[in-house]
Parts: sequence; C-alpha cells; structure tokens
Amino acid sequence: MTAPAKSSKLIKGATGDWEMVIGLEVHAQVTSNSKLFSGASTEFGGEPNAHVSLVDAAMPGMLPVINEECVRQAVRTGLGLKAQINLKSTFDRKNYFYPDLPQGYQISQFKSPVVGEGQVHVDLDDGESIAVGIERLHLEQDAGKSLHDQHPTMSYVDLNRSGVALMEIVSKPDIRSSEQARAYVTKLRSILRYLGTCDGDMEKGSLRADVNVSVRKPGAPLGTRCEIKNVNSIRFIGQAIEYEARRQIGILEDGGAIEQETRLFDPNKGETRSMRSKEEAHDYRYFPDPDLLPLEFTQSYVDQLKSALPELPDEKKARFISELGLTPYDASVLVNEQESADFYEAVLGALADRRRDGKLAANWVINELFGRLNKESKDIAASPVSAAQLGAIVDLIGTGTISGKIAKDLFEIVWTEGGDPRALVEARGMKQVTDLGAIEKAVDEIVAANPDKAAQAREKPALIGWFVGQVMKSSGGKANPQAVNDLLKSKLGF
Amino acid sequence: MTDLTSLTLAEARDGLAKKSFKAIELTDAHLAAVEQARSLNAFVLETPEQARAMAQDADARIAKGEGGPLNGIPLGIKDLFATKGVRTTACSKILGNFVPPYESTVTAQLWRDGAVMLGKLNNDEFAMGSSNETSCFGPVANPWRRNGSETKLVPGGSSGGSVAAVSAGLCLGATATDTGGSIRQPAAFTGIVGLKPTYGRCSRWGIVAFASSLDQAGPVAKTVRDTAILMRSMAGHDPKDTTSADIAVPDYEKAIGQSVKGMKIGIPKEYRLEGMPAEIEKLWQQGADWLKAAGAELVDISLPHTKYALPAYYIVAPAEASSNLARYDGVRYGLRVPGRAIGDMYENTRAEGFGPEVRRRIMIGTYVLSAGYYDAYYLRAQKVRTLIKKDFEDCFAQGVQAILTPATPSAAFGIGEKGQADPVEMYLNDIFTVTVNMAGLPGIAVPAGSDAQGLPLGLQLIGRPFEEETLFSLGEIMEQSAGRFTPPVKWW
Repeated sequence: MTAPAKSSKLIKGATGDWEMVIGLEVHAQVTSNSKLFSGASTEFGGEPNAHVSLVDAAMPGMLPVINEECVRQAVRTGLGLKAQINLKSTFDRKNYFYPDLPQGYQISQFKSPVVGEGQVHVDLDDGESIAVGIERLHLEQDAGKSLHDQHPTMSYVDLNRSGVALMEIVSKPDIRSSEQARAYVTKLRSILRYLGTCDGDMEKGSLRADVNVSVRKPGAPLGTRCEIKNVNSIRFIGQAIEYEARRQIGILEDGGAIEQETRLFDPNKGETRSMRSKEEAHDYRYFPDPDLLPLEFTQSYVDQLKSALPELPDEKKARFISELGLTPYDASVLVNEQESADFYEAVLGALADRRRDGKLAANWVINELFGRLNKESKDIAASPVSAAQLGAIVDLIGTGTISGKIAKDLFEIVWTEGGDPRALVEARGMKQVTDLGAIEKAVDEIVAANPDKAAQAREKPALIGWFVGQVMKSSGGKANPQAVNDLLKSKLGF
Repeated sequence: MTDLTSLTLAEARDGLAKKSFKAIELTDAHLAAVEQARSLNAFVLETPEQARAMAQDADARIAKGEGGPLNGIPLGIKDLFATKGVRTTACSKILGNFVPPYESTVTAQLWRDGAVMLGKLNNDEFAMGSSNETSCFGPVANPWRRNGSETKLVPGGSSGGSVAAVSAGLCLGATATDTGGSIRQPAAFTGIVGLKPTYGRCSRWGIVAFASSLDQAGPVAKTVRDTAILMRSMAGHDPKDTTSADIAVPDYEKAIGQSVKGMKIGIPKEYRLEGMPAEIEKLWQQGADWLKAAGAELVDISLPHTKYALPAYYIVAPAEASSNLARYDGVRYGLRVPGRAIGDMYENTRAEGFGPEVRRRIMIGTYVLSAGYYDAYYLRAQKVRTLIKKDFEDCFAQGVQAILTPATPSAAFGIGEKGQADPVEMYLNDIFTVTVNMAGLPGIAVPAGSDAQGLPLGLQLIGRPFEEETLFSLGEIMEQSAGRFTPPVKWW
C-alpha cells in the first residue's frame, strides 16, 4: 500500500514537502432501461415517485430479480478497464436506516465483486503518463432522494432513483495530485462513454465520486485518510483534494493528528467539512443477500462480450499515431471525447488519401474547428461545418487545389454560409494558381519593383519571406506557395 | 345431506364434480362454521362476500364443464400471504391496515385453479413463534383439549390459525409457511397433515419474509391426499423469485397409494433425545413398524451435526429477519408513530409496532451480524448449516430415500404455559424440524397417535430434495395405519 509516487506533485509545507495519496471510488450509473433488481424505468426526470415498482418501494414480500443487462454492462466495463472478470460473484446487503432507502439495506457486492483488478492509463496535460490501478468494480443499488425543502416540518422522499444500477469503480491509492485525479476521472468517464455503459453525465448525477485523501512525507508510510463523499464534478474533485490536502498538512504541521472521518465538499465555499467521525461510522452488518443466488456466467459469455467491444480511447490513440502519424498530443485530444474521435473519423472517411492527409485533417479538426467551436461555446454536435465539409476542405488542400490560407477563407464561408466546399472553390475562383508562367510574371514584377529589398535578401536569405508574402498578396493568395518560393530563390540567385 | 364441513378436500372435490352439492353450498357451510368458531380466533379477517362471489364463479365454471383442480374448494390463507385488496398484516401491528395492491404467487395459483378464499388466518407475528401466542390479534385456541379438561391449548405455530381452522373443519385446507417448523409442528399439535416443501419448490414472492433462506410455503390439510392436491397448485417456478426452482410440478396425488416396498427409510439416532417422553419414543417405533409392514426397509442412520442445528438456526433466522424487517420503518406504509427527528420516528414506530418476540429476534440478528461478531456467529452458523446439509446428503447417497423422526417433543401445551420465563423453552419445540429447513429439504408431519391425555401426536418424514412424492406415498401408509384425527367434541 506504499506504492512509490510515480511522479510526485509535492506540496511545500512549513516543515518540508508533502505528498498526497489519493484513491477514488467512482459511482457510475449503468446505462440500462430498467433498474438493477426491478423492471422500473431508469429514465431521468419525471414526476417524483413515477418510476417506482413494488420492489423499489420495498413492499412486503417483494423480491429482487437481477437485470441481466446491468450485469452485461458491468462485465463490458470490466473488460474496458482491462480487469479480471469474476465468473462467480455474490450480492450482499449493506444494512442501514434512511428514508430514501426503502428496504433498510442496499444490495451491493461486498465480499466478491463481479470485476477484480484492472488498470487505467492516464495522460496528463504536461505530457506525463501514469497508470492507475483498479481495485475492483461492483454492482449496487442507488438510493432514492430525500427532499428537505418542500415542507416546513417534513421531508419528502423521491424513489425514482431507488434501485437504479450503479457500478462502483474503486481505484488503488495510486494518485498523487489533484491534476492526476481529474485526469483519471476524465479518462474513466471517456472509457465508460466509449463502452456505452454510463452516459457520464455528471450534472444528472450519473457519475460521482467519493474521494479518499491522505498526506505523508515522501517515502513515509501512508497517513490517515479522510473520505470526501459524493463529489459530483471533475472540477470539484480537484478543488476538494487541494483543500483537503492542505487542511491535513496544516493539522499535521501544527502537531495535530488526522482523524479518520467522512467529509462533505461544499462547492460554494470550496471547502470540506466533517460529516461523521469513525466512531459515528455505521456498522453496515454486511451479509450475503439470501434472496439472490450467486451471480454466475461462463468464460465464453465474457469472451463474446470482449470480442464485441468497441475500439477504446487507448487503442484508438495508438492507431492514430501509428497509421496516420499524429503526434501523441493531437491523438489524445481527438480520442478524449468519443464525439471528437467520431467526428475526426468521419473527416478521415471523406478524404481521398487519408494516409497523406490524416495529419492535416487532425490539425484542422483540432485547431480550426475545435478552436472555433470553443470560441462560440458550441458543442461538436452543433458544428455548422460537418465532417464531410471539413473533409472536403482538407482534401482540397491535400490535392493542392487550394492553399492553406485560402482554405481558412473557405472554412469561414462554409461556417457562416454553408455549401459544398468543392463547388464554392470553383464558383468563387479560389483555386490555387499552379501556372508557373503566371507566377513567374508576378515574381519578376515584385523583384523588379523592389531592387533594394532584393539586394538585402541576397545578403540575408531569410528576407525571402517578405517577397513570398508580396507575391501571394498579388495573386490573391491563390499562388502555390512552394512554386513561389522556388521561383524567388532562383530569381534572387540563391 | 352430510355436514359439508366434515368432508375432506378430495371428497368435496368429487362431490362437486358429481354435482352432489354446489360450490356455494360448500362455501356457505364453511362460512357458517367460521362464524361459529370465532372463539378459536383462527381467522383474523373473514371475507365472506369475496368467498361467495368466488364460489358462484366456481359454480358457473362447473355448469360449463370447466374448472381447475381446486374449483370451488374453500380455503383459509395465512396472513403472511399478500392478498390483493385484502388486508395483510403478518399479524403484526406494524403493518396496521396494510392492503397489498398485489397477490402472492402461491395464492394467485390457488385462485387460478378455482379455489375460494374464506379469509385470512392467524399466525405468530411475522411467523416468529411456536404457539401462535405472539400474534397481535391474540392467541389461537387448539380445537383439541386434554381429556376431561377445559384448559385452552395452543395449536402450535407459527401457522396456528391455519391448522386450527383445518382441524376444526372451518376450511378444507389452508396455506401455511415453515421457516423452522411452522407447518409441521402445528399440524402435529392439531392432528392434521402439513408439508414443508423443498426450498425453492414454491415461490416466496408476495409472502411476508421472515428468513429468506429458510422460508417456504406449504399446505396443511385433513389428509395426506388433500395435502398432495393443494401442493400441486401451490408449487411451481416463478421468475419473480430467483430462488424458486425451474422444475416441472408433478401430479402429487398420483403418489398416493404408490407402493413403498423396498424403500429405504432411515432412523436417525441423534433424534433420540435424552428425557424424551416414552410415548413419543413408542409412537416413533410404531411408525417404523407401519412402514416396515408396508414393505419398507428400516435402517439406522446418523446425522452427527443435529445437535448444532437449533443454535445455528437461532443465528441464521434472526440475522436474516433483522434485515428483512428493516423495511417496516413507518415511512411508506403501515404504522407510523411520529417523532421529533427521523431517528425518533423509527424508534417510536418499531417499538410500538413490533411485539416482544419480534423485537428479541431483531436484536439477536443485529447482534450476530455486527462487526466483530459476524465471524463468530453468522459465519460459523453457516458452516454448521453446510455440515447439517452434508449429513443428509451422505445418508441419501447411501440409498436412504426418507427419514422418519418424531415431529415434536411433546403434544400441544396450554396457552401461557411455555416460554414465559425462558424463550429457549419455546424454541426447543422446533428441535426435530429446524434441521430440515437448514438443509432445504421437504418434510411432512402426519398424525400418528395420541398421548396419554388424548392429544394428537405426529411423526415427521424427511425426503430428498424435490422428492415430495415419496413423502406423500409414505405419509399415506402412516395415515392408513393410524387413522384420521378429528377433535372429539366441538366445544367452541
């Protein structure tokens, strides 16, 4: 449990450097039409208590029946996390009283989870790459929701979420900074979305995390941890970790000791506060749920699911790098979100020669398209330029039909007016001039008109750029820049 | 015309088929008997209107030449079974006036086959008890009394209302449930037949849960044949209960009269308890002799872990119960006693709603599952359970087809006589029956004789998993040899 820091992001304290040790329990709502043990709908929203079956309401004599789709999704997720799939697992009851927990227990997997150890590769913005171990993934029921603001003296309970299937994905304490934690959750979310096993919608509560934080002097044994419950955005996860680590360091440096406890993150104040101490911790009295048989399936079932998995971000990234020559950074940017990757792949599909222009296409998707979408706060789904249109633009550049500069104008036209890029190039005379005679004429004119500059350029060849600019300008940007360059070099005599 | 309430279920069925009487007459006769027997306190809710409507439907089916195997047969339903639109309380105050919007699978199958519901029957609160004294509706009186005595006796429990109603001729059969002996012990106390089927044979869906891994529904009736007829309708796979077995349901009645020649019957030495009354010992021998006379082969067997069964049972069952009963919290249905905060509401509701025995078992169960005690109690009890199961499997592997034991250590006792000072005294009633639940096996109690005071005594036959038919064949031999047991005087 004292895994060496893979790359420590140490915090400077009054008494020296401190290292954070972070582990995450991510609760991901399983994408399925019905709940884990009942046929009730999992649809978000709806009137309170509209999606509640007799089982969810824990009426007397009701029994849970496992939803096979949820099991399938958990196994697929396990495979996506390169994890051990357990052919036999069991459901346990976690007993506690709360009004939004109708059975008085949550059905979970305590002793033997459906998925065992796995690993997630995480790339950070600074180019660092870490591996975060997965301890386990298990299936469990979500609770309902208590509403305390509907009545002056009473609380209301909405059981729509009660019994919805969650995957609890527990990481090993392999994370050493808030950036790493955010990157890990981002990556996990991406994998889940690629798999289609969780929509990752944190605003709807489909993905939330319990964050375990402790601090230690580098190389020292693990410190006492605090668990921050139910943090529901990636940004808040980072903030909670930063606050909590500094709080703990402050206590330790003042000669105090960390009490193991459960804490809550207050996003308004940006701080964590105590929820309950270890002494107040529930005794959940876990025991195997006698209403449910062990969950068993065959290796061939697992193999079948494995062979039908979609290409996941890591594999896609590797393919983009090896097949198309993308830089690791560009490849990462494209694969992070499935929508981006899908868009890029669609652009590739519109190219005549993807080997030649794949990299160019990546630049255009990332720099022009994403840049513009970001600027206008638009979602990729709402992009005014379609993948086919962007593909056509890149294709026109790749074949030398238009210059990169003209392409930017073309992009602007397509963005604002729409239309078929090829037709636009024809109609508006945007084609690149590759007629060497015409270019030569322009070069000659410019050189002749600027004898001083020509003399200077012969001394200092870098000044050739000025002449290129002039020629391009005079051609309305349509001259082939390579041809201009070559001609200038020979005319200027170098 | 003979008193229709004195018929057996099979006789009534045949009479209806021959149109000797109408279903409505049969039902009316039983409704009248129910009304006259209120002092027994067997029914906690009478549903005469529904009964008559169901009986008339049954008559309509007969007129058209239709009708299932239980068409027009009036039955009583233990109050543990959810009955759609009819109050279901498990005889606990905490369920208050709970009216389920659903029907249990077992009762739904009875109505599917044409049976008529007379009402809901008394039981120990949440089926926790061996005398029907823990019911929030008060105790049930056994129709049997000691010779020359007017002392009211218990009918056993937890299915006390079910057995009292059948024994007193208030219905032709009844549903019951058995978690540690709750069908067999009361059947033995009232001179009737009760079958606890193999775990998984009947669906548990819609039956108020006591201990999920032990609970099993089963029939109680006047004869072995009647029990077999009911069983066919009650059994079957239910996708809503994943612990129910997907095994075809045989026509159990065909097992009645089957030869038992050459059948190997085990007599377990561990069931010969120290201080066991001589009359129980004698009865057991008598039963063995009857089976031998019918051609069965009696063999001595050993079930070495028997003595651990009762203590292990009183860990496993309360553990599961403590969790199963957590849903009765006053939030969604049933009793709610308000409090200042949610914790107060829970405490007030559950203190007021649960009786002392239920509270005791919730406390035991909570304790044995607690951190630090789990391994020493619950885990160890589960290991014992595995060993008990293996004891039986070893015997069956050696060719034993059924095991004969006493059903109870004594005949029925007086109301208030037992368990007042020491609850374990009451728990000991289940000494011969809990092993069967712990192993998930089928067991049948068949009346076999009387004690010195004229009270009925029963014997138990334990079978291999899903071989209830063997028990019916053997039970029929015992019944033929011992005769029927009907209360000598109608005093209520």
